[in-house]
Amino acid sequence: MPDAVALSSPFAPSPARERWRRAKSAGMTVVLCLCAVAVMAPLFLVVYFLVRQGASSLDWNFFTQLPKPAGESGGGMANAIVGTITLLAMAATVGVPIGVLGGIYLAEYGSEGANVWIRFAADVLNGVPSIIWGMVVYLLLVVPFKTFSAYAGGVALGLMMIPLVMRTTEEVLVLVPQSYREAALALGIARWKVIVIIVLRTALKGVVTGVLVALARVAGETAPLLFTALGNNFWNRSLSEPISALPLQIFAYAISPYDDWHRQAWAGALVLMAMILGLNILVRLLSNWRNNQ
Amino acid sequence: MPSAQASVPVLPPLGSRAPDSTFKWAAFAAALVILALIALVGLELYYGARLAIAKYGIGFLVSSAWDPVSDQYGALPFIFGTLVSSLLALLIAVPLGVATALFLTELAPFRIRQPIIVIVEMLAAVPSVVFGLWGIFVLIPWLRDHLFVWLKHTLGFLPLFQGPIYGVSMLAGGIIVAIMILPIVTSISREILRSVPGLQREAAYALGATRWEVIRIAVLSYARRGLFGAAVLGLGRALGETMAVTMVIGNRPEISASLFAPGYTLASVIANEFTEATSDLYLNALFELGLVLFAVTILINVAAQLMLRSMGSGGVAKVH
Repeated sequence: MPDAVALSSPFAPSPARERWRRAKSAGMTVVLCLCAVAVMAPLFLVVYFLVRQGASSLDWNFFTQLPKPAGESGGGMANAIVGTITLLAMAATVGVPIGVLGGIYLAEYGSEGANVWIRFAADVLNGVPSIIWGMVVYLLLVVPFKTFSAYAGGVALGLMMIPLVMRTTEEVLVLVPQSYREAALALGIARWKVIVIIVLRTALKGVVTGVLVALARVAGETAPLLFTALGNNFWNRSLSEPISALPLQIFAYAISPYDDWHRQAWAGALVLMAMILGLNILVRLLSNWRNNQ
Repeated sequence: MPSAQASVPVLPPLGSRAPDSTFKWAAFAAALVILALIALVGLELYYGARLAIAKYGIGFLVSSAWDPVSDQYGALPFIFGTLVSSLLALLIAVPLGVATALFLTELAPFRIRQPIIVIVEMLAAVPSVVFGLWGIFVLIPWLRDHLFVWLKHTLGFLPLFQGPIYGVSMLAGGIIVAIMILPIVTSISREILRSVPGLQREAAYALGATRWEVIRIAVLSYARRGLFGAAVLGLGRALGETMAVTMVIGNRPEISASLFAPGYTLASVIANEFTEATSDLYLNALFELGLVLFAVTILINVAAQLMLRSMGSGGVAKVH
């Protein structure tokens, strides 16, 4: 009498229970959809307000003039835009060679035992709060030279780039087919030349992509610049002087009590966001191009 | 066959091995920079904090005095603020992030998956200071006039939602940090869920489970440990979040039961007061706060990486 057994079981399907299970499943499906919408909403809200508040404040002066003293309206962030680009160039000078060389070590030389530790350390280093880098570089470069400087800001951002560039470089180098290396080595080419001329050359687009990702990430950083680059309301005459940067200027203006400065902070944020999105789009184009080849 | 031996070509001289080994050592040195940096950061912070460490010892961590005028320093209000704002952020971001990851791996039609993933990545690209700006001028007024009023009205019997509403508050800090860690929690959860074998799901479907039951029984319970790792990694990011929090949390070193009261975090006090530190001891105390923050984030990150690696998806945390 299998039917009777089934009916007496506590797990027997009853129509009411079935309906409840289906309703619950449908309900949870809706909840998950709503959560996905909620996660995307902040991006749209931020971009909406950036465009609404920022676009009206953007004018030619914003890109060509220095900040005006408090209370005077007008002025721009020309020095901060140039400052951000300068700092990024300096960061790349510090971060890219070390990051790429380290990536080469991981992909081409390192034993699995050593690599595990270095990768692990790189991932942990990635999680160090950015303000910590500011404090460390303050002790290393600001205190000994007795001045805040563009050098210090660039080094702080550069140090942050190292683990990122290292990991992405390793990833793209190991994708280069082993037969390329073997063919080149069989021709009697020295190993370092094989790596630089064949392996790195083959993976170049991937390496560049990784560098751009790292640059996009540090471009918006404020905290590591607070006690290194410091900010500057004028053009800096040399790199050993404090330098302005868009994030610093946005921060200073946002917490100020002046409406005109708030307006400029929105405009600065719009420009900064456009720079970072531009870098990200470049990354996407590059990686699509890479995948299509 | 002597003639055969004679025909072996003479290889050209290989040249010096020096460039080769130089290059290898340079690469090795660059890789070691990573390990050196961790040690350097720890040592420098310790060096910067030495006066405060000598003066206060371990009592620094449990003292709530923060009075630069009389040169008295204690870390407790900042540790409290950092923990509370980060936990609030986790409470909001982990359910939302995991749900979105589930939506992306289990429910969403293939055509819309990639666009949503790109949108979440773009959210990660928004700089902290831009979130802070938006927080000051958009989020805070809305919270002050709507959400907080409603919370006080409906949940006001809890000590958490009592007291005056300023807008800038611990809760606002928690919400802004939640938004900032959503992308990393979502994308790592997605990686974890993707590593759940399809067989697991098919078996549950074959037993007659509904879609939600499959998610709960087959997917979530399988991925539990990895999702926990994603949450811990999110915590690591939340603890160190600086600019946006500084701009919305109110920056007052007080310990209050109310989430509407202003707070202060380790990272924000460093950002705000570092360049204004007037005495050596003041600066040293700020360095000690940095040392505390560094030690905690290193521990949390090591724990998260170990958890994620034990899931067998070693590289999931790489780009973040």
